[in-house]
Amino acid sequence: MAGIDRLLQLVVSEPFLFYVFSATAVASALGVILQRNPIHSAFALIVTLCSLSAIYGLLGSPFIAALQVIVYAGAIMVLFLFVLMLLNVRKEEPAGGRATRTAAVLLALVLAAQLGAALAGAGATPAAGFDASTASFARVLFGARFVYVFEATSILIVAALVGAILVAKKDP
Amino acid sequence: MTPVLQEFLLTLLKIVIITHLLLGLFSLMTLVERRVLAFMQFRLGPNRVGPFGLFQPIADGIKLFFKEEVMPAAANTWAFFAAPAVAVTAAFMAIATVPYGPPFTIPGTTIQVTPQIADLDVGLLFIFAVTSLGVYSVVLAGWSANSKYSLLGGLRSSAQMFSYELALGMSFVGVIMLAGSFRISDIVAAQGGSLLSWNVMPWRQGLAAIVYFVAAAAEVSRTPFDLPEGETELVAGYHTEYSSMKFALMQMAEYINMITVSVLTTNLFLGGWNPGVPGLPTGGLWGLVYFAAKVFLVLFVFIWLRGTVPRFRYDQLMRFGWKVLIPLAALNVLGTAAVVALWTR
Repeated sequence: MAGIDRLLQLVVSEPFLFYVFSATAVASALGVILQRNPIHSAFALIVTLCSLSAIYGLLGSPFIAALQVIVYAGAIMVLFLFVLMLLNVRKEEPAGGRATRTAAVLLALVLAAQLGAALAGAGATPAAGFDASTASFARVLFGARFVYVFEATSILIVAALVGAILVAKKDP
Repeated sequence: MTPVLQEFLLTLLKIVIITHLLLGLFSLMTLVERRVLAFMQFRLGPNRVGPFGLFQPIADGIKLFFKEEVMPAAANTWAFFAAPAVAVTAAFMAIATVPYGPPFTIPGTTIQVTPQIADLDVGLLFIFAVTSLGVYSVVLAGWSANSKYSLLGGLRSSAQMFSYELALGMSFVGVIMLAGSFRISDIVAAQGGSLLSWNVMPWRQGLAAIVYFVAAAAEVSRTPFDLPEGETELVAGYHTEYSSMKFALMQMAEYINMITVSVLTTNLFLGGWNPGVPGLPTGGLWGLVYFAAKVFLVLFVFIWLRGTVPRFRYDQLMRFGWKVLIPLAALNVLGTAAVVALWTR
């Protein structure tokens, strides 16, 4: 009985679930870049996004977790897949020449350095007063500091939407 | 029994019961739908297998089980198998955060049970997120079969689904604002005990209720939005090439989604498990009875619609979704926001 109990406590514990989901995220991220079939890559990316969402949930922010799935996995990736299916892309062509590849490697190194610096600077526990719940998230986003930036972003997105429709329209 | 183990076993039990209830309701609905449609069209419907044809779903299941499994030679095997799995997984996961009644104590013990698998802080958003993943089954099924009917059907259905998803999402907003919470049990509580304060009433969220119901009917491809099954143009849409149990799984996902929509309509707009009229018995398991009655009422409306209205044309469907439903939903959000900001704060 005690053994089952300890096993259950391990399985529902935060570190265990974190490692499960981060392993899935890393494995499927590798799948994104190692697949030759773009549709398979897109599906691997969806798995990555869903695992990230689970990690956000573990960090105590179910709101961000749900948004991650709704916006990225549910909307943006559907659009990607739609385009891939409509154009019927079967196999990926090896892209770019020597210059492109060198630039890609350099950019990857810069990103790795930045991530390393961020990891080195981060503590093992969240900062004091850290609260990622839906209510506190809303209070920060719609507080005096971010509300105008947030509204400006919304207007920008609507403008982009209207612009896209106008460009796509054949006879104005 | 330790608390962790008890919680685990209780949740497991709830999952088993709710999953089986859903499966049972799905097979019952296939029969009820055919019988009710037959009644509306002055026919008899399936009444041969068992009393009132009650064993017809079992006969159908056995028939589908023994049908030959055909897979198109040029199909993408992996995706062809994944599509029905994704459809059923998304359909079953969506029901996980829905409450079915008030918490009650198991007779003879002190164990408190909430008839709900998980009471998430963002329950409504969770459902929305999971159902938006259901679109992938349509996309995968349409693409993987490598058939022109499937592909066109898949493109059409997925375009329909994410056009109406916008109106669906926006119709939630007014309800969320009135309750001040994403938690579905809070939304039920905010509607109070009286029929007059249910969200379906015109002075509450009547407009949102209409937009929600129409958009949801389109989401689950029910008449008059069953474009995927425009036989004359698309054969059977994205599941043209599916046969045997894979076809059955696709059908099952569609019915389960319809049940989810009915359960959600009950919770968001019809006052959940409250009877709404004073004088009716409450407490104990009565909540579950009222809840089931309302769910069956909504399910009946779905069948009634199928027996009554003809199918939309594709361009009408798109125009209706983008130019009527979404503006109506936006109007409702603006109106509700104004009322909430001016009167309740």
